[in-house]
Amino acid sequence: MEVLRIENLKKSFGAIKVADAVNLSIAKGEAVGIIGPNGAGKTSLFNLISGNLAPDAGKIYLLGKDVTAMGAEMRCRAGIGRTYQIPQPFSGMTVFENCLVAATSGAGKSERASYDNCAEVLREMHLLAKANVLAGSLTLLERKALEVARALCSEPRVLLLDEIAGGLTTAEASELVETLRGVHTRGVAIVWIEHIVHALVAVVNRLVVIDFGAKVMEGDPAEVMASAEVKRIYMGMEAHDAA
Amino acid sequence: MSTAMTKVVQSSRTSRIAGLVAIVLILALLSAAGWADRGTLSLLMEFFCYLALAEMWNLLAGFAGIVSLGQQAFLGLGGYALFFAALRLGWNPLEAFLLAGVAGAIIAVPSALVVFRLHGAYLAIGTWVLAEVLRLIFSEVPSLGAGSGISLPVKFAKSVHLGGMHRDAVLYLAALALALITILASYLLLRSQRGLALTAIRDNELGARSSGVRIFSVKLMVFAATGLGTGFTGALLYLAKLRISPLAAFDVNWTSYMIFMVVIGGVGTLEGPIVGTLVYFILRQYLADLGSWYLIILGVVAVTVMLRLPMGIWGTVARKYDISLFPTRRRVLFDQDKPTTPGVAASSAETTA
Repeated sequence: MEVLRIENLKKSFGAIKVADAVNLSIAKGEAVGIIGPNGAGKTSLFNLISGNLAPDAGKIYLLGKDVTAMGAEMRCRAGIGRTYQIPQPFSGMTVFENCLVAATSGAGKSERASYDNCAEVLREMHLLAKANVLAGSLTLLERKALEVARALCSEPRVLLLDEIAGGLTTAEASELVETLRGVHTRGVAIVWIEHIVHALVAVVNRLVVIDFGAKVMEGDPAEVMASAEVKRIYMGMEAHDAA
Repeated sequence: MSTAMTKVVQSSRTSRIAGLVAIVLILALLSAAGWADRGTLSLLMEFFCYLALAEMWNLLAGFAGIVSLGQQAFLGLGGYALFFAALRLGWNPLEAFLLAGVAGAIIAVPSALVVFRLHGAYLAIGTWVLAEVLRLIFSEVPSLGAGSGISLPVKFAKSVHLGGMHRDAVLYLAALALALITILASYLLLRSQRGLALTAIRDNELGARSSGVRIFSVKLMVFAATGLGTGFTGALLYLAKLRISPLAAFDVNWTSYMIFMVVIGGVGTLEGPIVGTLVYFILRQYLADLGSWYLIILGVVAVTVMLRLPMGIWGTVARKYDISLFPTRRRVLFDQDKPTTPGVAASSAETTA
């Protein structure tokens, strides 16, 4: 079943095309990685999907329903969860309250009815021990985990992860990858932008390459990483760090 | 943690003690209507009006992120609605007073549709412009005294009474009720599910939006509610003054004082405006005779607090001692014996059963 479909999505800032007729389809339970050089339009694509940016042309469908005209808050309610490259916690609220906001506003549940689910998500993200701590006092790894936890509490059908492993140590990144594998097995479709490609290929079943706002290639992660085209545009013609 | 086991509390020992103290204090304040002299009552009335104004501005700017410089629009409108109802419609003081609040809320909704298109400093200027527009409009209404203003007849002023109590006592009780209702309503709002959304907006609007918080409707609700409350307060203040003029009623200084009180006390907390209003009135009582020096000292106090205590007096104290008189924060109570929550029991000092 198709969860998310993007049709001919276009967006330009002046002469710069950040989305150049992008088509993409995400199936239920699928995990798709998006790679591309800096400025390729990866985050812009997320902003278009999550409703933070309005496209110039094209359509976005969630579970077959056209959500193109919806604002970001309504898309979250409809089932598009996202994280930000720079975490956006509610610093003056506790970790638990951060999740409650998403559960009540995003998933539309009553506060009391969401206590257990929020606690469960926090346990899964290894944050339960910090439930009563103010989000502003968390470490970077914890903030990134909270970003995912909060998005999960809005009960998304598709989760957009924007460089969630960026800035973390290798050990921290692997820990996060393990956790995300768990999330993936819950049946939430994942679209994941990441520069740390080995973290990405450990989870995703498909890789999409974007350059100059256009989809250059997509397919099996290993095949995509091995292709000459990807080496040229993404790895600067060097193959050694592709793994 | 798969069953309905997660227990959450929203109170603390400090808050329970504060609750008791508040009840005693409120009873003492209520009794003041019976024993305090007119001068004291009039001062207290003003104090509680300012407190209500400060709490409402705090809700706007400190939580909803609407840094309004135009709250005098609702205050002046409330005042004028009262005078209009009294002089032109022949309504009694209570009816006129109710109209004032409703007028504030009603005008807030279309205003919001305009000013919410603006953000940050532009929104601040936009709200100020709104107030200036109202000032100019009321300066052109001859039946309400145009630019020079208008007075309430003595008969109307004398009709303000309640079971033999003098006007000053009635106005004082009304102001006290207004302040208490404002604080209580803000507190209940912040503790509620909607309060979660509002606090999220305070902390991070982008994050709130992406978590499904309907920013516009939450902000509109706060803007309309503070329009209502500010309208009531304006009516009360001008019912006490008995004379209104566009220049005074739509004076930007009203909002300046709100900002002063909230910033000094601590923006984004319910306790902060109370502290700020106390500081403002103490300074005013002791220094107002100094003329220009009074304003210079107010400015110095504001600048010093902003530089040295950016979270305000209460904000700084609350962070240092981790206290809250109006607890809105939700705390998860962990069951220390549960084997499914590894690390919890050892990690948290807040693990109180």
